[in-house]
Amino acid sequence: MPSRRRPAYAGVPGWVVVVAVVGAAFVVLPLVAMVTRVNWAEFVPLITSESSVDALWLSLRTSLTATALCVLLGVPMAVVLARTDFWGQKILRSLVLLPLVLPPVVGGIALLYTFGRRGLLGQSFEALGVTIAFSTTAVVLAQTFVALPFLVLSLEGALRTVGTRYEAVGATLGARPTTVLRRITLPLVLPALVSGAVLSFARALGEFGATLTFAGSLQGVTRTLPLEIYLQRETDPDAAVALSLVLVVVAVIVVAVAHQAGESNGFRRRASS
Amino acid sequence: MTLEFAAVLRSRGFAVQLTVAAGETVAVLGPNGAGKSTLLGVIAGLIRPDSGRARLNERVLFDLGERGGGRWSRPHQRGVSLLAQDALLFPHLSALDNVAFGPRSAGVPRAESDSRARAWLERVDAVDLAGRKPAQLSGGQAQRIAVARALASEPDLLLLDEPMAALDVSVAPALRRMLRDVLRDRSAIIVTHDVLDAFTLADRVVVLEGGRIVDAGPTRHVLERPSTTFAAGLAGLNRLAGTADTESVVTDAGDRLRVRFTEPVAPGVRVAVAVRPALVAIAVEAPASDDPATNVVAGHVIDLETRGDLVRVRSGTLAADVTPGRVADLDVALGTEVWFSFRAEDALAYPQ
Repeated sequence: MPSRRRPAYAGVPGWVVVVAVVGAAFVVLPLVAMVTRVNWAEFVPLITSESSVDALWLSLRTSLTATALCVLLGVPMAVVLARTDFWGQKILRSLVLLPLVLPPVVGGIALLYTFGRRGLLGQSFEALGVTIAFSTTAVVLAQTFVALPFLVLSLEGALRTVGTRYEAVGATLGARPTTVLRRITLPLVLPALVSGAVLSFARALGEFGATLTFAGSLQGVTRTLPLEIYLQRETDPDAAVALSLVLVVVAVIVVAVAHQAGESNGFRRRASS
Repeated sequence: MTLEFAAVLRSRGFAVQLTVAAGETVAVLGPNGAGKSTLLGVIAGLIRPDSGRARLNERVLFDLGERGGGRWSRPHQRGVSLLAQDALLFPHLSALDNVAFGPRSAGVPRAESDSRARAWLERVDAVDLAGRKPAQLSGGQAQRIAVARALASEPDLLLLDEPMAALDVSVAPALRRMLRDVLRDRSAIIVTHDVLDAFTLADRVVVLEGGRIVDAGPTRHVLERPSTTFAAGLAGLNRLAGTADTESVVTDAGDRLRVRFTEPVAPGVRVAVAVRPALVAIAVEAPASDDPATNVVAGHVIDLETRGDLVRVRSGTLAADVTPGRVADLDVALGTEVWFSFRAEDALAYPQ
C-alpha cells in the first residue's frame, strides 16, 4: 500500500508544481472533452451496431492472438538478449526494438514487402496457396510487429534485475536448462511478463497505421476498432465518440492491471534481495 | 579418490591442483581475492578455466587442452551442489518445494520427492518450516533449509562457500554443529575465513594465496605450524621466519631466539617460529634480567587493536595480547618503542 505519510522534507519548487499541473491538464482535458460529446441516449445502440460489434470482436480476437504470439516469440528473445553474450548483440537489440520508434505506416509497408503478394516471403506463401496481405492474419502480424518490443523490453529488464544467481543454484541442484527456465526463471519474472503482455495487448489493440497499410479495411476481416472509429468519424461522429470511449475504458483497465503487476514485481524484488 | 582437479585460469592468475578423498572434508582458506570462489565456480561448472582436467568419481567434469577445446560438462550434469554465503532459496517456492527441487529435477515423482524433502528437513531440524516461503524465514533458518536442499540432490561433492559468513554470531554455532553432523563421511570443500570452521568441519586444510596453493595438510598441522603469514594470521599466531642454529634460531631481522624445536633440525636450515600473542609480554624498558630461557625482541608499535577484553599490540614483526590496564600503565601509543618478551618453551620452531 502506498504510504500517505508526508515526507519529512519535499523540496519541490512552486513553479515545478504549476508546470506539472498544466501537463496533467493537457493529458486529462481531451478525455473530458470527449466524454462531454458522448451521446448517452444513443450510446448502447451505437456501440452495438453491426459494424461496431464486428470491429470490437475482431479487435479483441486479433489483439489477444497477437499478444500470445508476442509471448511465444518475445520470451525466448528476451532470454537470449539478457542471458547470452555474442558479437553484434547490441546491434541486434536495437534492431529488435526498432518498431517501438518506427512510424507504424513504415512498419506496414515493410510488412507488405515481406508478406505481400510480391513480397520476400509472400511469393513462397503464394505458391503454397496462402495469401497473407489484406487478411485477418495480416492484422495479427501487423499488431505483433509493433507490440513485440514492449514485451521484450520489459522482460529483458526484469531478467537482468533478477540476475543469474538463482539459476546457477538450480543448475548445481541438477536441473537442466529447460527446467531452470520453467521452474525458476519464468516464475521469478512472472510479474514483468504479465505487465509486458498487458502493454503488448494495449499496443496491439490501438494499432492503426501498420494495419491500414498492410491489411486494409474490410469490415469483419481487417477493420479493427481504431480503423472503424476513423471511418465513422467522417459519417457518424456520435458512433466514433462512443467507440472511442470504449477504447478509453479498455486502456484504463490495461494501465491498472499493468501497474498492479509492476507493484507486485517490485515487492518480490525487495523480498528476495 | 573422489575428486581429482587441476585447472588454470590465466585471466585471474589461477592455477590450482587439488584432490579430495572419498568422505573427506577440505577447508580452503585464503585472503580475499585468493581464488577461493573461483575454485568452487570451476568445480561447479559455473566458470570455465583455460585448461585443466577434473574427474569426480568416474565422471569427467572437464578435460580441456592447452589449445582450447575438449570436454566440458554443464553444471547440472556434475553431481556437485553449491551452498553459498546467502541461502538463495527460490523466493516463489515454499521451504519444502525448495528442498524437493533437486529430486524433482532428477525425475523423481512428486510424492517421493516431497517425502525425501521432508526427511532432509527433519535432518536439519526444520520440519515445522516446511510450508513457509523464504521471505518468512530468518537467516539461520533459511541457511538450514539451503543445506537440506543442497543435500537432497544427493551430490557426490558438496561445495560450501562461507556458509556461516552472513549469519548472526548467535545462530552460527548451531549451524556449524549441524554441518559437522552432515559432513561426516561426505566429500566436501568448504571455503571459510573462520579457523573454527576449519577445526570443526575439515579433515584437511588448503591455503590459497594469489590463485595458488601455498600450504596444505591436516588442519592442526597447517594452523599450529603455519608456513605463511596469512595462515599464521588466521590461526592468531606470530610467525617469525629465520634460520636454524645450534639450539637457537636467528630471525631474518637478526634476533637470536631460544626456541623449542618440533624435530631435530640441522644448522642452516630455514625454519619458522610460532608464538601465541597471549604468551608474549611487553615492557617499555629493556628487561634487566638476562634469563637465557626468555627471548626479548625490540620493536616500534605500529598498531593497537582492542580484541575482546585484551589489546593486541603489534610491531612490524610481533604481536602481544595484553590487558588494557597494562597498555595504560605503560603509556603505549603508536610509535612507542617496546620490548616483547616470551619464553623459549612457548616458541615452537619447525622446518619450512
